[in-house]
Amino acid sequence: MTNDTPLCPECDAGVDIPADAMENELLSCPECGIELEIMRLDPLELELAPEVEEDWGE
Amino acid sequence: MRVALLVTHIRAEEKLILTAFNNRDISPDIILDRELNFNISAGPQQLAPSGSAWREYDLVFERCVSTSRGMYALAILNSWGLRTFNTYETAAICGDKLRTSIALTLHGVPQPHTRVAFTPESAMQAIDLVEYPAVLKPVTGSWGRLLARVHNRDSAEAILEHRQTLGDYNHHIYYVQEYVDKPGRDIRAFVVGNRTIAAIYRESNHWITNTARGGQATNCPVTESINKICLRAADAVGGGILAIDLLEDAGGNFVVNEINHTMEFRNSSKPTGVDIAQEVIDFVIGEVGVVA
Repeated sequence: MTNDTPLCPECDAGVDIPADAMENELLSCPECGIELEIMRLDPLELELAPEVEEDWGE
Repeated sequence: MRVALLVTHIRAEEKLILTAFNNRDISPDIILDRELNFNISAGPQQLAPSGSAWREYDLVFERCVSTSRGMYALAILNSWGLRTFNTYETAAICGDKLRTSIALTLHGVPQPHTRVAFTPESAMQAIDLVEYPAVLKPVTGSWGRLLARVHNRDSAEAILEHRQTLGDYNHHIYYVQEYVDKPGRDIRAFVVGNRTIAAIYRESNHWITNTARGGQATNCPVTESINKICLRAADAVGGGILAIDLLEDAGGNFVVNEINHTMEFRNSSKPTGVDIAQEVIDFVIGEVGVVA
């Protein structure tokens, strides 16, 4: 983890961002497991992903 | 070719799809469903959130995790004559288990014994007629959520009362199916156009075998009988890019359990050895190219 590593907005753990990350990509916090969304890559900004809604799926 | 990729957010599947498009020198514009704001009557000359007019897109590829947003967006885009995968009609059928059952029936495709009722009292009669154990499902929904295997009248009464009291009107449509005593697994087959390109077994100790619920994926050879029922099922719902879920009954016969129109496949390419994303994208490029 470096000083640039973004923090989970839920638990403050450092979240490593994959090299091929994209805006609006979902990822999980390695500490608390909560789902996060990359809102912006430059500067990097993480938010809690939206709650799963009843009609979500395949 | 100009492509819009319509998404709720980016998941593993969407990254694979983007890579597959990029492999064919196509860079789709990503459009978030949360940013859509259609003037229904203004037609495709209006701007999409990407800044381009909708009519500039040769194809809108719908990959929304939100079924309702995706379905209604397709309804609008198709009404303007835009080419989409899948179509609104296919999405509307697949997004509703009751409409899927009707389509399968009309096309003579085998499925579990299914009944529908609209009150707890008539639903109890439907469950009695299907016989125990029975399965209660919401007509919309995915990932195995809110399914109930009902073993007796006591549990049936409790589930029906809960649904009637706590659920919205969607949960007052009582979709009841026979429980198919499958051999610890079901089959998910991937249909692209007129081909079944791959299939997986989804194995689980739980009666719900969705990989979203922990089911383990292994390769399932696409036999002639699997291919045949899958293509018939796909045809019944209008065709396109579909995941067909099959159950094997005690006699080894297949029935179609459900059909998904925005399928997840991140866990399926590795066991099958099939690059599902590339197969899908090469198919849609070919289809749009034929029309253009």
